[in-house]
This record gives sequence, C-alpha cells and structure tokens, in this order.
Amino acid sequence: MADIFTAAFWNQYGALLWKEFIHTMVMTGVSTVFAYLIGLPLGVLLVLTADHGIRPHRILNQIVGWIINVGRSLPFIILMISIMDFTKLIVGTKIGVKGAIVPLVVSAAPFIARMVETSLAEVDAGVIEAAQSMGASTFQIVWKVYLPEAKPSLILGCSISIITILAYTAIAGAVGAGGLGDLAIRYGYNRRVASMLLVTIVILVLLVQIIQSVFSRLSTSIDKRLK
Amino acid sequence: MSEPIIQVRHLTKTFGEGETAVHALDDISLDVHPGEIYGIIGLSGAGKSTLVRCLNLLERPTSGSVMVDGSEMTRLSDKELRLARRNVTMIFQSFNLLMQRTCLKNVCFPMELSGVHKAKAEARARELLEIVGLADKADAYPAQLSGGQKQRVAIARALATDPKVLLCDEATSALDPTTTASILSLLKDLNQKLGVTVVVITHQMSVIEEICTRVAILDGGKIAEEGEVTDIFSNPKTDAARRLVYPGGVGENLLSGSRTIRVAFNGGTAYQPLIASLAIDCGVKVNILGADTHNIDGKAYGSMLLGLPEDENEAAKALSYIRSQPYVTAEEVESHG
Repeated sequence: MADIFTAAFWNQYGALLWKEFIHTMVMTGVSTVFAYLIGLPLGVLLVLTADHGIRPHRILNQIVGWIINVGRSLPFIILMISIMDFTKLIVGTKIGVKGAIVPLVVSAAPFIARMVETSLAEVDAGVIEAAQSMGASTFQIVWKVYLPEAKPSLILGCSISIITILAYTAIAGAVGAGGLGDLAIRYGYNRRVASMLLVTIVILVLLVQIIQSVFSRLSTSIDKRLK
Repeated sequence: MSEPIIQVRHLTKTFGEGETAVHALDDISLDVHPGEIYGIIGLSGAGKSTLVRCLNLLERPTSGSVMVDGSEMTRLSDKELRLARRNVTMIFQSFNLLMQRTCLKNVCFPMELSGVHKAKAEARARELLEIVGLADKADAYPAQLSGGQKQRVAIARALATDPKVLLCDEATSALDPTTTASILSLLKDLNQKLGVTVVVITHQMSVIEEICTRVAILDGGKIAEEGEVTDIFSNPKTDAARRLVYPGGVGENLLSGSRTIRVAFNGGTAYQPLIASLAIDCGVKVNILGADTHNIDGKAYGSMLLGLPEDENEAAKALSYIRSQPYVTAEEVESHG
C-alpha cells in the first residue's frame, strides 16, 4: 500500500480520484439542498400540527408522520432500487450522479423532517405563546420565532444530515452512481487495489471531520444564548 | 364609574370531556375599569393563568363572554383577534424573550409583526428601553441580563404596540423580593404615566398589596371574593381569602376574642426588633398568632398576625407605635369568632 506515496499511483489514479471526489461532493451537496427543500417544510408541518402545536391537526399530523416513518424504515439501498422507475421519470436516467440524487433526496427528506422537528421542539413554548399574545400569525411565528430561535440546533442537525447523505452516496456507488464509494468498490474491492480503498477511506474520514467541525463552530458562534 | 375596559361574564373553561373533564373556570364574572391595577390572586391550580389567557383568547373559553375595549373577543375572526391582541399585551413569569435577538430587536418584534417601518420601530424601541431603564442594554442579548432586566425588556416589548391593557402573568414570581419591588414600582409608574390598565395575576398577597386597587380571589375556578384591596385585607370574608391574607395559615378559631391586627413588612430592617421594641418602648406585649416573614439581605418582607392586649389603651398604643415604624403597615382585622 506504500504506493500511495509514489508518483506512479497518483499519475494513474489522481485524475480519477479528483473526478469522483467532485461527483461525491455534487451528489451530497445537491441532494442536501433538495432534501431540505422537502424535509424542512415537513418538519415545520409536524411541529405546527402536533397536539400542542399552534395549529393542531391530528389527522394531517398522523398522515405526514406515517409517510415519514415509511421513508425512514426502508434501507437506502432497497429504496434506491425500488424507486428506479420514478428516478428515471424525474431525471431521465437510473444511474450516475443524476440517478443517485433522486433516491438520496427521497431517503434523506424524511430523516431531515425528523431532525427539523426535534430542533423546533426545543424552542421554548413560552416564547411561542408570547408571540401569539402579540398577535403573530402562524407564518410569522414560523419565520420570525421558530426558525431563528432554533437556528443553532438546525445547523447542528444539518451537519448530521450532510454526513448521513455522504454515507448514502457511498452506498449509491455500489449500484453505479459514481463517486468515492464507487471507486472504493470497483478498484478497492473488485480489482484489489488496496491503496485506492485506503485513499477513499481517508478522504471520507477527513470530509466528515471537516463538515462536523465547521458546522459545530458555526452553531456555537451564532448561538446568542451562550454569551 | 366609567365603562369597564374588560368585562367578563359567566366565563367557563373546561378541559377535556365527560368524566375526566376539568372545570378550570366556573362562571367567572368581573369588571376591570380603565386605568386601574386589578389583581387576580389564587393558589396554584386555582385557574388564574387560565383566566388571564381567556382575556386575550390564548385559551378559548368554553362559554361566556369576554369584552375587551368594546369588542367581544370570543366572536372575533383569527385576523381580528391578532389585531385585538396588540391592544392587550402580556408579560410572563419566565419572561419569554427571543433568545437569539438583542434587547432592541426583542422590543422591535411586535412592531415588526404589525409592519412598522424598521427605523421607526427601532427609534420607538430605544424610547421604550429608556422608559424601563435599560437604554444601555439595547445591543445586549437576553442571556446576558439578570431576571429583573429580562422582565424590563419584556415590559418594554409589551408596551411597543401602545396597548390599553397589560396582562401580567406571575410576572414577579421568578424574581427575588428586591427585584420584585422594583418591577412592581415600574408597573405602577407606567400605569400612572401611560394610563395603561394593568391586570396582575399572582399567588403572592404582597404583590396585590403593593400595587393593586382591586382584587379578585380565585379559588377552585370560582371567584371567592372580589373588591377593594383594603377591604379584603381588613375583612376577608371567605376561607380562600383568609388563607391568602393571614400568614401561616392561621385558623379562624385563633381570631376570636381580642383584637387582631395584620402587620405587613415591606422591606424595612428586620422584623424581630419590632415586637421586642414594642415591649420595651411601650411596655405592651402582643401575641404572635401567625407569621410568614422572610429576612432577605437584612430586610423584612411578609406579614404577621398579632393579637393585641385586651386593654383598650394598651392596644391603641401598640397600634400607633407599629404604624409609626417605617416600611411597616398595620391594619385591624375583624374577628370571626
């Protein structure tokens, strides 16, 4: 495995590693954005329609909760192959980076909805009541109270979501999505290029460490409760 | 007398249904007049928090009517209710400030909700912070403030929409006696300067005594007694009132016979010397029938129930001596023997 320190290794695989690294970043980034576009409103909806929420609606709450639970109970790889036709319908292909984004979003959105729900539930009910007593509308309470007050927690949740999606991209690699996971399997496992496996592992570990520390610091630095 | 600004009629609030139903409020009727400071007192579970939340419809009454400033709150649409709430604002025991906003932005918040222009809102918020004595804390965050300061910011915020009524839900219950006194005097001040009607919910008789003109005693979801604070203090008619007025849960049997006075301590120097010096200076001995006093930072708060001597002269001497003391008020209570 010492060949990772040789120029020959990097000449042979460097460009490929870079390309697939970018693919991983794109899959993770784009999927996170779209998963939040779906998951965030769902999480808000769960909090608002809960029994003690500001717009209690038991039936809607249960339906949304049930859909989220179904989404969360399917292992990613099963979900990925079972929605392939849907994926093709949306992005026109079942494979590659594009083909991976759809199942990544579908899988991460319910997870994110629960993360958002937990973060918003931490906002002091008294503060919500105060906003109501001042005549705030539901939209104003969400936009001006729930989201800003939960921001530090939402940011921490975001790091967990990104890291989860990053892990899913590696699984997606197993079924032809590209990215670092794909490299690890094709070269590291199938072709027994142990160095390739090692490099992808190192990159993934570093990525997770960087994401976690950046978001943790961000969360702490914006949290005005700590000063 | 002027038209009541708050008029509650036959208000009931029931939580749950059937056998497990809890009747939190049972046929409550009361009037609050413009410019007064009205107290609602009761022990925990008496329904006072529910009652105050029925005044701004944070809780929807099960039945009955709530008129505030001429509009029937229970019949307003959601949108009308939101507008009406700007006129009946509220402060809370736990302050409920937005923790991620500066004090200035907290005070701006209700104005933001009603679409006041940002610059105008900030100018007004600075004025309000000045009024509550926190002009220098405009850019501080709530986490950097003491409890009393937080409540001042909350008061400034509650005044931002120029309300006619300010509801105070156990606003001083989380504060120490010295801070409580300063918040109460601020409320009194605002009531006099701005003419805002104040409704105070509390379980502390001292709060009522300090600032209220009239009081309703809530017990088991009903109004046990209502009237001028001085009347209720000197002559509580119901058990619920006596439990609150008389310190240490003095039973009615103790009150028969000789004249009894209730002495309130409002932050003077320690209370023990009063009884001792009464004996030394006047040669009068009194019975302590009950006491609920606290010595905080060397200052006395609370009240005591004293049995005066049978002798009329001695009793009068004792009473005038006690009344001459600073930070002490005394009133005679009628016996119920």
